[in-house]
Amino acid sequence: MSDEQTYSAAGEVGQVRQRRTRLQRIWLDLKKAPPTAIFGMLVVSIYAFVALFAPFLAPHGEAQIFKEPYAAWGGQFLLGTDQIGRDIFSRLIYGARNTIGIALTTTILSFAVGGSLGLIAAINQNWVDQVMSRLVDVLMAIPSLIFALMLLSIFGSTTWGLIIIIAMLDSTRVFRLTRAVSLNVVVMDYVEAARLRGEKLPWIMRREILPNILPPLVAEFGLRFSFVFLAIAALSFLGVGIQPPTADWGSMVRENASLIQFAKYDLKGAMTPLMPAAAIALLTVAVNFIVDWFLQKTSGLKDEQ
Amino acid sequence: MHPIVKTVIQRLMLGVFTLFLVSLIIFSAIQFLPGDFGEAVLGQSATEDTVAAFRKELGLDQPAYKRYFNWVGGVVQGDFGSSFSGRASSGVDRSRKVVDLIAPRLENTLFLASMTALIAVPLALFLGITTALYRNSIYDRVVNAVTLTTIATPEFFVAYILILFLASLNQWLPSLANIDASMSLGEKIYKSALPSLTLTLVIVAHMMRMTRAAIINLLASPYIEMARLKGLSSRQVILRHALPNAWAPIATVIAFNLAYLVVGVVIVEVVFVYPGVGQLMVDAVRTRDIPVVQASALFFAGTYIMLNLIADIIGIITNPRILHPR
Repeated sequence: MSDEQTYSAAGEVGQVRQRRTRLQRIWLDLKKAPPTAIFGMLVVSIYAFVALFAPFLAPHGEAQIFKEPYAAWGGQFLLGTDQIGRDIFSRLIYGARNTIGIALTTTILSFAVGGSLGLIAAINQNWVDQVMSRLVDVLMAIPSLIFALMLLSIFGSTTWGLIIIIAMLDSTRVFRLTRAVSLNVVVMDYVEAARLRGEKLPWIMRREILPNILPPLVAEFGLRFSFVFLAIAALSFLGVGIQPPTADWGSMVRENASLIQFAKYDLKGAMTPLMPAAAIALLTVAVNFIVDWFLQKTSGLKDEQ
Repeated sequence: MHPIVKTVIQRLMLGVFTLFLVSLIIFSAIQFLPGDFGEAVLGQSATEDTVAAFRKELGLDQPAYKRYFNWVGGVVQGDFGSSFSGRASSGVDRSRKVVDLIAPRLENTLFLASMTALIAVPLALFLGITTALYRNSIYDRVVNAVTLTTIATPEFFVAYILILFLASLNQWLPSLANIDASMSLGEKIYKSALPSLTLTLVIVAHMMRMTRAAIINLLASPYIEMARLKGLSSRQVILRHALPNAWAPIATVIAFNLAYLVVGVVIVEVVFVYPGVGQLMVDAVRTRDIPVVQASALFFAGTYIMLNLIADIIGIITNPRILHPR
C-alpha cells in the first residue's frame, strides 16, 4: 500500500467520495427506523411469509370439510371449525394468500392504469388531460363502495371482476396524485431539454419524470393497498366480494359472526370471528406505520411542532 | 354581483351538473347487462313471450336516450320503477314499487346518520381542541393512539368488538337493531345505540385529527405569536385567535366525514341488521335487483355530492379573502 505512505490530497478526496452500496444505505436507514416502523415491517414480512407458504403451513386443506361443525378450540382444530366443519386456522392461513394476493393485484393494476394515464395527462396538457380529469372528477363524486356495489350487481361477483372493478375505481385516486405531482416535474428544465433533444414520450416518462415522483407514489402505494384491502374485505364481508369456497378473511367474519352471541358460554369460540377481522386490522395498521415512516424520511414531513 | 354569490352559484351549478353525470352513469349501468338477463331474473322456465314482455317493460326495445329521459323523468317524480324480485316466469307481476321499498328505510338510515352526527361532531370538536390545547401531554398521546387505531380498523371489526363487550359478555345494549316505525323515539335510540356508537368511533377519529391539525397548523402563524407575546394564555390563544380561522378546514372535514358516514352506514347496517337503505342495497346486489340498486346508488351518491358541495360552499363563505375582495 504505497498510498498510505505518500499522502495525496486527491487520494483522500477519492476515499471520502467512495459511495456506500445501496444495501449499506438501506441497512443504515433501517437501523434508524422508529419502533413503529420496525413493528410494521415485521408484521408485513410475517404476513408475506404466511401467504407465500400457505400450503406448507396449514394443517388442513383450504376447503376440506370435517364431520364436526363449530368444533371448539384446541385438539385437532387449533381455532375450531366453522359452520360446515372447515378448519378455521387453515382457512386463516389460506385467507392471507387469497385476500392479500387479490388486494395486491388490484393495487398494482390500479397503479399501472392510473399512474400511466396520470403521467400522460401531465405531459400533454391538452384535451386528453381535460377529458380524463373531468371524467375522474365525476367518478370520484360517487362513493367508491357504492359504485363497486352497483357494478358488482351488474357484472356479478367473480374474482377477476372484483379485481378489475376495484382497480378501475381506485385508479382515479392514483391518476389524481400522479398528475398532481408530475405537473411540478414536467415544467423542469431537464424535461424540456430531453424533449428538445428528441426523446420519445415513454423515455421521458420513465427516465426523467418517474424517478422524481417516485417517493410520493411509493407512499401512496402503501396507503392505496390498505384501502383496497379494506374495501375488498368489506365487500366480501357483505357477501358480494370473494365467493366461497375460497377462504377469505372478510367472508370468514360474516360466516362465523353468530358465534359472538354465545360469548358468555364459550369466550374462545366467540373470538373466532374476530380473528380474521383482527388479521385485517393488524395488516392495515402495520402498512400505515411503514408509510408514515417512509413519508417522514422522504419528504421531511413532520406531524407538527 | 358580489363575487361570493357568484362563486357559490358556480359551485351549485357544478354540483347539479355532477349529479346529472352521475345519474347518467348509474343509468347506463343497465346497458351493460348481459343479454340473457331476462332469463336470469325470470328463471329458467320463462317463456319467450314473458322474456320479451320483460325486455319491453325495461324498455330495452327503445333507444337509450329515450329510456334515460323516461327514467330521469320518473326519478324526478319519485318513481324508480318496480323491483325485479317477485316477478315469476308465469308472467304475473307481484313485484313492489322501488319507492315503497326505499322510503321507510330512507327514514331509518337518515335517523341513524343524524343520531351519529349529533354525537360525533361535538365530541370530535371537543377532543380536537383539547388535544391541540394540551398537545404532547399524555392525554394527547392516548387520544392520538386510540384514534389512529380506529382509523385503520375496518368498521365491522369495531362493530363486533363492541357487540362482544357491550351486547354479549355484558348484555347492556341490544346487538339487533331491528327498529320499526311503531317504536317510540326512546326505544329507537336504545336499539340503534350500538350501530351509532360504531359509526361514531369510526368518524370521530378523522374529524378530531383534522381539527387538531388545523389548529396546530395555525399556531405557527405570526399573529398567534403576537397574541402569545402580549401575554395571553394558551387557552385564549386557541379559542379566540386560532379557532375562528380554523373553522373553514374544520367544516370541510366535518362535511366530508358526514359524507363518509353514507358509506360506512352500509356495512354497519348489515352487521346490526338495521333496516336501512344500505342493507336493502346489499341484498339487492346479491339478488341482482337492478332498479333497487340504481335507486339506492342514486340516493347515496346524491347525498355524498350534496354534503361535499356544502363543505365546498362553507369553505368559500368562511374564506376572508373572498369575503373582502380588494
